[in-house]
Amino acid sequence: MKLKSLKLLLAAAVLSLSAAPAYSAGGNVELLDAQVNLDNKLSLARGAKLYANYCMGCHSLKFSRYNRVAADIGLDEDSIKSIIFTRNDDNELSKTGSLMVNAIPEKDAAAWFGTAPPDLSVVARARGGGDWIYSYLKGFYRDDSRPFGVNNTVFDNVGMPHVLLELQGMQELEEHDDGHGHVTKTLKLTEPGKLSAAQYDQVARDLTNFLVYVGEPAQLHRTFYGILTLLFLCVLFVFSYFLKKEFWKDIH
Amino acid sequence: MNGLLNWFDARFPLTKVWNEHLAEYYAPKNFNFFYFFGSLALLVLVLQIVTGVFLTMHYKPDAAMAFTSVEYIMRDVPGGWFIRYMHSTGASMFFIVVYLHMFRGLIYGSFKGPRELVWIIGMLIYLALMAEAFMGYLLPWGQMSFWGAQVIINLFNTIPYIGDVVSTTIRGDFVISDPTLNRFFAFHVIAVPLILVGLVFVHIVALHAVGSNNPDGVEIKKLKDENGIPLDGIPFHPYYTVKDIVGVVVFLMVFFAVVFFMPEGGGYFLEHANFEPANPLKTPEHIAPVWYFTPFYTVLRAVPDPWYGTLAMFAAIAVLFVLPWLDKNPIKSVRYRNKAHLINLAWFTVTFIVLGILGVLAVTDVYRELGTRATQIYFLFFAVTYVHSRPQQANYVAWFAALLAPVLLWDYLRLDPSFTDIQRGLFWQMMLLPIAYLATTLLLPKFVAKTNEEKEVPTRVTG
Repeated sequence: MKLKSLKLLLAAAVLSLSAAPAYSAGGNVELLDAQVNLDNKLSLARGAKLYANYCMGCHSLKFSRYNRVAADIGLDEDSIKSIIFTRNDDNELSKTGSLMVNAIPEKDAAAWFGTAPPDLSVVARARGGGDWIYSYLKGFYRDDSRPFGVNNTVFDNVGMPHVLLELQGMQELEEHDDGHGHVTKTLKLTEPGKLSAAQYDQVARDLTNFLVYVGEPAQLHRTFYGILTLLFLCVLFVFSYFLKKEFWKDIH
Repeated sequence: MNGLLNWFDARFPLTKVWNEHLAEYYAPKNFNFFYFFGSLALLVLVLQIVTGVFLTMHYKPDAAMAFTSVEYIMRDVPGGWFIRYMHSTGASMFFIVVYLHMFRGLIYGSFKGPRELVWIIGMLIYLALMAEAFMGYLLPWGQMSFWGAQVIINLFNTIPYIGDVVSTTIRGDFVISDPTLNRFFAFHVIAVPLILVGLVFVHIVALHAVGSNNPDGVEIKKLKDENGIPLDGIPFHPYYTVKDIVGVVVFLMVFFAVVFFMPEGGGYFLEHANFEPANPLKTPEHIAPVWYFTPFYTVLRAVPDPWYGTLAMFAAIAVLFVLPWLDKNPIKSVRYRNKAHLINLAWFTVTFIVLGILGVLAVTDVYRELGTRATQIYFLFFAVTYVHSRPQQANYVAWFAALLAPVLLWDYLRLDPSFTDIQRGLFWQMMLLPIAYLATTLLLPKFVAKTNEEKEVPTRVTG
């Protein structure tokens, strides 16, 4: 590479002017509050089922294992088999201890969608929490200029079709100009789907909860260890403090 | 038991080392809060090495497997998430502790004679620590790992004539790729830790030869009793060992609160974008280095020309090395220096924090101008510190003019016709910042005698 072009690249990187937070392609849309709650094991289980039915055909969770998910969300190992669709090298249904991969060939997928659908194991962490996922799932609207006829408020020019269309129905984007150049955008449901708005919110929330869990399974347990550790340290502090006081009582 | 000890002492100076460095190492009795951070830095170093060893057992330094192996540690390795969070939190904690440790040296004049070498070795530790952190950050092979390394390695590209060769040598390839990851891994787990441990050892040996400074800046070795023990000294063990245990427990509370309740540190200890695997074809919209590098990153961005920016960034670190020869004031502690010196230190502290905050933010007109002004104040601090070496004799007005001149020269050179009206307005408004800085540190002691008075340093430590 030429020195000059590298200098330019450096300058571009160093002086990157974007005001948008990392990765929120599409920019300054306010995110909806997903009210993530990982204690709701039913929601996690529903999320796992929804994910297997609507998402996993394209989006693998290749760092996660079926039996770990089952154990963490309180299902027994047999019932998690209902969401296993992939086969192993012996053409048997994958074992419950396998990673949650899928069968879509990456090259074909890239050709079909413009870019290969990403693995979503850590999407909740990459997006800084569940709010982005929740907003994304609720952000599809009709845009006939797009290959799949939809666009997304939090992910501009998204390559993904609205796979939950049958559940949510179709939304339209409405722009209101207050006459001072300030444009507010709202989404309006024009063709209702199978579910009511409240039911669809719950679907989006279940999926969000599940993906937040999958992003970091350890979070279900680490606060428990944290409390134990801090309690222990509090006791240790009392002892160490009085030990110090005892030793220092003759120092003036 | 005694027989065993004698057996050892005949073959190894066990009792001698124990006495020289602990039981009969006399430390001033007036250490305050800031004196916890030396032992805490040592604790974090050990923590990083131990957790690092366990991470190395499961991590794969391979561009195709690195990201996966980290997720494997987070999910499938029993307790892996705990080890990894301790290591990632430890990295940030290391810098918090080291910055406070350096700040202590700055305000109490611990870098001054006879402790110049302690300071310089400490600065070398700081440099090694930055190299260690930078190379370690590449290993998870996330987007920020990749693009952060891209920006930093490209800095070496700006070196005239040999830049290409230098950066290619660092990468081991023409782009950041598998060989880069492999060599960074080698440096991160073997070379730099060895250097760090060696330097820490020398740092402590040098410190124990000259003795510890204290918040009063009093040399306790000047006044000794009939046994040759400093009157204000107490044996490090048991007094400071039991005191440091309290410090360790409080530190661990903070440390484990982060590890267990907020391991991402609000996106500053583990950046969100780093949970996306490295992709050389997709540049993140906003590349921010990890928080502990950001003050110097702002200095880099304050200079439009990349090569001069790089020089400014390295100069900002290098100038700290010569601090013992800039501040020649015989009074060590800020407690007995004049008020102008206290104001100078306050400006420097705020400036350093502002530089750090600006480094994580995307550049806007306001932040760009503020970053430039903060950079000016950062460098002026060292000149003003030199002037304050002799507060009674200093020709403050002449120095005020002499230090304002380079600021105005830089401003003259950068005031470009291409500035928008807003940028021009900010340029003039924020010019007040360096002027206010120089006025409060150089004109104030000239015209308000009270702020130029130094207090008498006591012969014994206080409190």
